[in-house]
Amino acid sequence: MSVVFALWLRQIKRHFRSRTRLIGSLGQPVLFLLALGFGLGPMFRKAGEGDYLQFLAPGVIAMPILFVAVFSGMEIIWDRQFGFLKETLVAPVSRIQIVLGRVLGGATVAWFQGCLVFLICVIFGFRINNILFLPLALGVMFLLAIFCSAMGTAVASLLEDIQGFQMMMNFLVMPLFFLSNALFPLKGVPPVLRVVIQLNPLSYGIDGLRCCLTGGMLHGLGVDMGVLLVLITAMLALCTWLFSLIQL
Amino acid sequence: MIKVSGLIKDYGTIRAVDNVSFDVAKGSVFAFLGPNGAGKTTLIKMLTTILRPTGGTMRVNGHDPVDDPDEVRRTFGIVFQDPSHDEQLTAYENMDLHGVLYAVPSVERKRKIRELLEFVDLWGRQGDIVKNFSGGMKRRLEIARALLHEPRVLFLDEPTLGLDPQTRHHMWAYIKGLNKDKGVTIFFTTHYMDEAERIAHDVAVIDHGKIVARGAPVDIIKQTGSSSLEDAFIALTGHDIREEEGTTSDRVRLKRAFWRRR
Repeated sequence: MSVVFALWLRQIKRHFRSRTRLIGSLGQPVLFLLALGFGLGPMFRKAGEGDYLQFLAPGVIAMPILFVAVFSGMEIIWDRQFGFLKETLVAPVSRIQIVLGRVLGGATVAWFQGCLVFLICVIFGFRINNILFLPLALGVMFLLAIFCSAMGTAVASLLEDIQGFQMMMNFLVMPLFFLSNALFPLKGVPPVLRVVIQLNPLSYGIDGLRCCLTGGMLHGLGVDMGVLLVLITAMLALCTWLFSLIQL
Repeated sequence: MIKVSGLIKDYGTIRAVDNVSFDVAKGSVFAFLGPNGAGKTTLIKMLTTILRPTGGTMRVNGHDPVDDPDEVRRTFGIVFQDPSHDEQLTAYENMDLHGVLYAVPSVERKRKIRELLEFVDLWGRQGDIVKNFSGGMKRRLEIARALLHEPRVLFLDEPTLGLDPQTRHHMWAYIKGLNKDKGVTIFFTTHYMDEAERIAHDVAVIDHGKIVARGAPVDIIKQTGSSSLEDAFIALTGHDIREEEGTTSDRVRLKRAFWRRR
């Protein structure tokens, strides 16, 4: 059993043993789906933009992926506080193996939570345009999860205590989600906001997902996946470097 | 086995370890003693590759912890002062994960895990989540885990903290056996001076980051004209209580946080 697999498995076990995590991360997306999806739906339709639920669902599916993956990456802070980080730091394994195990573990649980929200969206009336694109959509979800998990790991490698968690929430996770194409279409938004949204990595994941599930797109699936792959490579390199600098 | 020369560690303007030099012979039991915040844990962290020194040199089993950390990591086991297991995993899973990290082959891993968990009297609880263990049980698990990959050097930072006398006795008997039968070099810190006096071949006393005495326990007792190692320790380090001060790095972190807030 390889080191990467063992650390991946640890993340999976930790996630599935915590019922509060499993259920808790579903609350917010379901709330968005109900409040926004059904609340703003009539206005969206009146404005001639079609069914808002069809537009919103990919954004809502991306929500638990972003939140759970970033927080899984941030478990480094908990491991630092409660000691497990020392166990991995003194082990005779390369830092890249440790980072890969952690990132892939975090990405897998985030992807799983995203799949659960996907099912909830279908229950609430979301319809997939072409079922043949479903595997591709699941792939885009996993790429997005890897990027978010690596980003969480990178930032958490810089933080020393749990107080940094709130800062991460307010200055990284929330802006990433709200300043993306998750909740509203780009048509008619102010140019500055449009630029910000187009620079936001999450927008490429959501656009790729929307492209696979509903056919609507901003950049096209090839561009979205290409950008995600480049960002994943850069973020993995960055978080491995930052992780290797950790001293206790 | 361990060679430290002119070792220095600074945290900002605070010098936690100040020009420390000593050798630990292969197969010996070495006690590193000092009051709280004296620099013991900082030194162990440097020897075990999780902290880089500011100056000086170190060798552990012939390898440099700074230049060749993976080679050093392969040779030692460690029981940290604070817990370092995963509370959400079972005792067996914690042991197994450690075995994978140290590339212990699967069959041997299973055998050793059972043997060690039986030794620390936790085999009956091997499938239980560690979060539900008592402090003593967690400590026993840490000790068992450190021995899983049969290290050549064993660092023990306050290993018997929170253990009852029976378990302490049992644990030291096993560690002495490891040292005698397998030639494992033992490097430990403790606040129980009777343990150091009884078990260590050699002792170093550190205070304010500097070594203030070095030698066999009997020699240190003689040098200070004391009747026990505990009296000798107090004669060397004074009567001031340092219990509530925290470690040097804690103090530096507090200072950093204070200045950030300003």
